[in-house]
Amino acid sequence: MASTRGATVEFRDVSKRYPGQLAVDRLSFKVPAGKICVLVGPSGSGKTTSLKMVNRLIEPSSGSIFIDGQDVLHKEQTALRRGIGYVIQQVGLFPHQTIAENVATVPRLLGWANARIDARTEELLALVGLEPSRFAARYPAQLSGGERQRVGVARALAAEPPVMLMDEPFGAVDPIVRDRLQNEFLRIQRDQGTTVLFVTHDIDEAIKLGDRVAVMRGGKLVQYAPPGELLAHPVNDFVAQFVGSDRGLKRLALLTVGGVDLDTSVARASLSSNAPVLAPTTTLRDALIRMLASEAQVGVVLDGQRYVGVLTLSKIGKMIRSDT
Amino acid sequence: MTPGEPLIQWDWIASHLDEFAFRLGEHVELTVIAVGVGFVIAFALSLLILRMPRAEGPITWITGTLYTIPSLALFALLIPYTGLTILTAEIGLVGYTLLIFINNIVRGIRGVPADVREAAVGMGYTPREVLWRVELPLAAAVIIAGTRVATVSTIGLVTVTALIGQGGFGFLILIGLQRFFTTELIAGAVLSVALAVVADALLVLLQRRLTPWAQLA
Repeated sequence: MASTRGATVEFRDVSKRYPGQLAVDRLSFKVPAGKICVLVGPSGSGKTTSLKMVNRLIEPSSGSIFIDGQDVLHKEQTALRRGIGYVIQQVGLFPHQTIAENVATVPRLLGWANARIDARTEELLALVGLEPSRFAARYPAQLSGGERQRVGVARALAAEPPVMLMDEPFGAVDPIVRDRLQNEFLRIQRDQGTTVLFVTHDIDEAIKLGDRVAVMRGGKLVQYAPPGELLAHPVNDFVAQFVGSDRGLKRLALLTVGGVDLDTSVARASLSSNAPVLAPTTTLRDALIRMLASEAQVGVVLDGQRYVGVLTLSKIGKMIRSDT
Repeated sequence: MTPGEPLIQWDWIASHLDEFAFRLGEHVELTVIAVGVGFVIAFALSLLILRMPRAEGPITWITGTLYTIPSLALFALLIPYTGLTILTAEIGLVGYTLLIFINNIVRGIRGVPADVREAAVGMGYTPREVLWRVELPLAAAVIIAGTRVATVSTIGLVTVTALIGQGGFGFLILIGLQRFFTTELIAGAVLSVALAVVADALLVLLQRRLTPWAQLA
């Protein structure tokens, strides 16, 4: 059940000028409510500057940013920030406060009653996978990097903000922990329905997490599209290079066997017993690898026990060539 | 000290416990006022430095110069203005604490990790809340370390103020010197040192109480 409703976030002609430098150049895009928008680009592309203009840690030089149609520049700064979740790479937990106190930061600023704060803190720690009875009374120094980042996410979500800003939140943890944190983050975001603006320089992370991906370069928005479209139709060489020469393969990781127009004319009995068995939820990338590794070169698709059809290499090739 | 006289006459000590208690009170009073007033002034000057880094040079220069003036000379120079009073003593004693306090308060607050400060501001703390709820608690260990140095050095300096009619245990040292009476002189010195050691230990305990999280990791 979604306990919060996300808000729309819209950049309208937003620029940030520093002496002798245009950090963000007339940025315009809209993030639908409850979606994850990933800002991605090389360092110096203006993605972090753009993020920090939403909660006004950086003030735009011109243009406006709207949250649910309300101009953030018309709101009082601290009130605005208390209504927006904020997660940074170094986490920035308060070392002198316990995990429970850290999570309770914004609810306390907002003057919630103690009982409500305690209940919410416990709920959030459980949500991010930290057993409240074990972690609530600990200090940040007693936690691992991954655990600290979970607390950072819990703290940002505490007051049920409609929007959450995340600045390379998983950049400082090792790849295995990062992968787990990403999966948990996706689950939590679906659960809470929060609109998320997420900054990373890692295109794979952007494709995995983003409902929309905004590719930035030199302060400009180069392309703004769902990840599948970004991989299928990069608007220029820069984006094509940035998403990588393996973008076809990356796209297969976003598509599932269930989305393919399978060959149903072949009887199951005629298929080699070596053919791998695939589910409709298997990604095409995994299906391809297993098919190539088997002698059969085809995959048997079963939905539960029911035979659905055959996946062939040419069908996968067709998906790579297809437009959508 | 006349030949044959013992270094310490224990019966004299036993008969002067009341005086020791009285001098202890004096010594503690002079120290607490100096450290307390010094802290408040230094705190205000530190906030000024943190807000206006340009002020750091002049403030450091003035407090640094103050720190180098020999204490005896400083007290002597003040007598024409403030006489043989506790004010004379405290002006000097407070002056010597400033450099230590300012150095530690500024260093402590500047030492707060940038990510912690950014998270606090990003979550909607006002500048005042950032100072009181984040920066000062995190700087507490460094500030208390400065307080230990300031307190111990003040306890030592208080003995010098005996020369201008104050002095706490310093009074015992002064009289002991004038009378060549080693018992009183040693009693004054030992009690001063003991007071410094006890005060230091109490501040260490205070720091552990205030910063339980700093003992971890």
